[in-house]
Amino acid sequence: MLAKVRSAAVQGLDAYPIDVEVDVGGGLPAFAIVGLPDTAVQEAKERVRAAIRNSNYEVPARKITVNLAPADVRKEGPAFDLPMAVGILAATEQIRARLDGTVLLGELSLDGGVRPVTGVLSIALAARALGLRGLIVPRDNAAEAALVGELDIYPAASLGEVLRHLEGEAVLSPVRVVPESTDAPELDVDFSEVKGQEQARRAMEIAAAGGHNILMVGPPGAGKTMLARRLPTILPPLSWAEAIDVTRIASVAGTLPPGSSVIRARPFRSPHHTTSAAAMTGGGPLPRPGEVSLAHHGVLFLDELPEFHRDVLEVLRQPLEDGVVTVARVQSTATFPARFMLVAAMNPCPCGHFGDTGRECLCSPAQVARYLTRVSGPLLDRIDLHIEVPRVTTADLTGGSPAEHSTEIRARVMRAREVQRERFEGVIVCNAAMSPKQTRRFCRPDDDGRAFLRAAIERLSLSARAHDRALRLARTIADLDGSAAITATQLAEAVQYRAFDRPLRLLG
Amino acid sequence: MRPEHIRDAIAIITIDDAAYPARLRAIFDPPSPLYVRGELRPADESAVAIVGARRATEYGKAVAEHLAGELVRHGMTVVSGMARGIDAAAHRGALAAGGRTIAVLGCGPDVVYPPEHSGLMREIIGQGAVMSEFAAGTEPRPGQFPRRNRIISGLSLGVVVVEGRLDSGALITADAALEQGREVFAVPGRITDPTAGAPHRLVQQGAKLVCSVGDILEELQLPALARPAPEGPPLEGIEALVLAQMDVTPQHVDQLAQRCGRPVAVVSAALTALECKGRVAACPGARYSRRDVTTMMDR
Repeated sequence: MLAKVRSAAVQGLDAYPIDVEVDVGGGLPAFAIVGLPDTAVQEAKERVRAAIRNSNYEVPARKITVNLAPADVRKEGPAFDLPMAVGILAATEQIRARLDGTVLLGELSLDGGVRPVTGVLSIALAARALGLRGLIVPRDNAAEAALVGELDIYPAASLGEVLRHLEGEAVLSPVRVVPESTDAPELDVDFSEVKGQEQARRAMEIAAAGGHNILMVGPPGAGKTMLARRLPTILPPLSWAEAIDVTRIASVAGTLPPGSSVIRARPFRSPHHTTSAAAMTGGGPLPRPGEVSLAHHGVLFLDELPEFHRDVLEVLRQPLEDGVVTVARVQSTATFPARFMLVAAMNPCPCGHFGDTGRECLCSPAQVARYLTRVSGPLLDRIDLHIEVPRVTTADLTGGSPAEHSTEIRARVMRAREVQRERFEGVIVCNAAMSPKQTRRFCRPDDDGRAFLRAAIERLSLSARAHDRALRLARTIADLDGSAAITATQLAEAVQYRAFDRPLRLLG
Repeated sequence: MRPEHIRDAIAIITIDDAAYPARLRAIFDPPSPLYVRGELRPADESAVAIVGARRATEYGKAVAEHLAGELVRHGMTVVSGMARGIDAAAHRGALAAGGRTIAVLGCGPDVVYPPEHSGLMREIIGQGAVMSEFAAGTEPRPGQFPRRNRIISGLSLGVVVVEGRLDSGALITADAALEQGREVFAVPGRITDPTAGAPHRLVQQGAKLVCSVGDILEELQLPALARPAPEGPPLEGIEALVLAQMDVTPQHVDQLAQRCGRPVAVVSAALTALECKGRVAACPGARYSRRDVTTMMDR
C-alpha cells in the first residue's frame, strides 16, 4: 500500500513543500529512505520504529520504502520523523485518515513523544502561501507557528495524539493566534547602570539615532562591553514585521527557545574573536544563518576587533554594504538578511594601556601603530563613529549625578528617527545609509558650518572622506537637536567622534 | 627593520676643518670625522641642549617644546638627540618657532631612528643639521647612544634635563656636560613621578633648577628679551570657559565637561574649535591639553 504525507523543509530562510511517500510492500523486511537524506534523516528509521512500537502500533515486517520528494534536493534534520511514522501506519492501514491538506512536522523520541524542530515559522509562512490550512507541529513550536494567521496550528505532544487526531477524534485543539502587539519587552539592562562615560553615552545615543556603526577604543575595564550591551535598549522597539523577521531567523538557526512565540527584544550578538568566517556568515552543506543574520535588526558586537581573523572581518563587508549575506556552497546558495548595527571594541595597543592615565603602557610606538592598523581601511570605512573610552575612576563609580535611563534616551532617538523617516520618504531609513549623493543633498552646513569645515580640514588635516563622514554624523546630531541646517557646533562635535581620522591623536 | 638610506649630501668634517664646531673641538675626546647633513653656522656656537626621557609625560613634552621655542627666540640653537619623547619635543619646539636645531644621532646620519621621525629629520636638516660620528649606513646599537651624548653636551653651553628616570641616558649627558665644564639645568617634576627622578637628583647634586627660560639665560649671562604679546584673539563664551579649566596635563573630555558643568556634547564641540585655533592639543585617549605653556608659566 502507498501513503503520502505532506511535510516541508527549509532552504536558506524559505520553506518548500516535501511529500513523504511511504510504500509498504513485499520482499525481505527492510527500511529504506531515498531522496538525498542526510545522516539525521537516515537515523529516523530507528526512532520511527521505536516510536511506533512504543505507541502500541506495529512496524510491519515487510519492505518499507520512504521517498522524500522532490528527490533531487538534499534533506536534513529529524523533522520528517513524524510524517514518516504517520505514513507507515497509513500505508499499513493501521490508521484511516485523510492526510492531504495537513502539513506534519516533528522529531520523534523513542517513547513516541514529539520533539521541537527548527524553521517552523518559515514553514508556516510557506504553508499559508501554498493554501495549506492545517499544520501539526511539535507542541514547543506551536506558539511560533501561530504567529502566521489564517492557519490551524495543532500542537502535538506525542505520536499517539497525532494519530487519534488524524482519525477524527479531534484530540488536538488549534492554538489561538496571538494578537499583534507592539509592547516593548521588559529590559534586563539599562543605560542608567553606566557610571561616568559621558562622551561614550552621547556617542551611543548618536549611533542609535542615525543607525551608525561605532568603534570604541579603550583600556580593559573601561566598560566597553557594558556600553555595547545597552545599545539595544535605546534603539526603537522592533516593529511587528521586524519581530517576525528576527523570530524566523532564530527559528531556522535553532536559537529560538522552545515554547516561545515572537522575539520582541532587539538581538544582541557578541561572537568571540575566535569565531570562523563560516560561523559569522552562516554555513553548513545546507546553509544556516550565522552571527550576522542572528544580529539582523539588532546589534553585532565584536569585542577585541583586531584579534578577529582577517577573513572573518572581510566577510562583514557585504552585509555592512547591502544588509544581506550570501552563502554559497557546492550544493546550494542561500541569501540571509543581515542588517545590523556594528559595535566594535578594541584596546588602544597590545598591552591595553596606551593613553590610560591609570597604568603605564609597555608598548613601543611601532607596536601601537601596528596594532591600530590591524583594523583595515575597508572595514573602518563603514564605521562612522570611533571614540576613545577612558578608564572609569572611583569617583565616577561612587558619586556623580544619577545617569539617565534608557527610556529617556530612546525617546530622543525615536524623535530623531522620525525626522529621518520624513526626510528620506522611505527610500532609506536612517542617516547611516545615505549614499554620497544623498549626503551632498541632505547634509548642508550653514555659513558658519562651512567656515568651520574649511578650518578643520586645514588645521586638523582631515581627508575628504573624513569630511563626508563628519557631515553625516553632524546630520544625525542636528536631527537630535531638531535643527534643519547643520551648524558649526554640530560639526565640531561630530569631528570628536572620528578618532581614526586623527592617527596622530591616537599615537600621541 | 630596513633603514632608509638617503646618501645625498653628507658632509664629512674632520677636526682640522674650519667648519668643525669650535666648542666640540675643546672636549677631551672630540669625534672625527663628523658626518653632517644640513648646514652648520657660526651662530650655532650659542647652543643649548635639551634632553630627557623617551617615555615622557605630556607635561614634560609641553615644557621641552616651550623651552626650545623660547631659547630659539633668544637666538640660541637647540641641540638634542632626535629620540622619542623629550628630544623630539625639543626639536619640534625649535622648528615651530622658526629657529635652528641640531640633532646628534647614535646611528649613521642617513638612518632614520626611530623610524617614525623621518618627517622630523627632514625638517631638522632643512632648518639646522643632523650630525653623527658614525658613517652612513651604521645601524643604531645600544652602545652608540651613550657615546653620542658627549657630542650633544660638547656642542652646547649647557644641558637642560627635562624628564628622565634614574637610569636615564639624560644623566649620562649631564655627566658628560660636567666633565666638559658645561652648565647643567634641571626642570623639576612631581616627586611621585618616576620621570622626575633624573632632574631631581641633578638638582640635589647642584644643577640649576629651571622654572622658565630666564633661569637658563641668567646662568649663561645672556639678557632675557621682553615677552611678546599673547597671540590670537581673546576667546569668548564656552571656549574661554573650557580653556580656563585646562592645563598642560591632558584631561579626558568627560572630566572637562564635569569641571565646566556643561553637557559633554557642548564641551566636545568647543574642544574641536579650540583645536582648530591651535589653543589645545589632542592626546591619546580622547584627552586634551593646553598648548600655551607660556601663559601657564607666567602665573
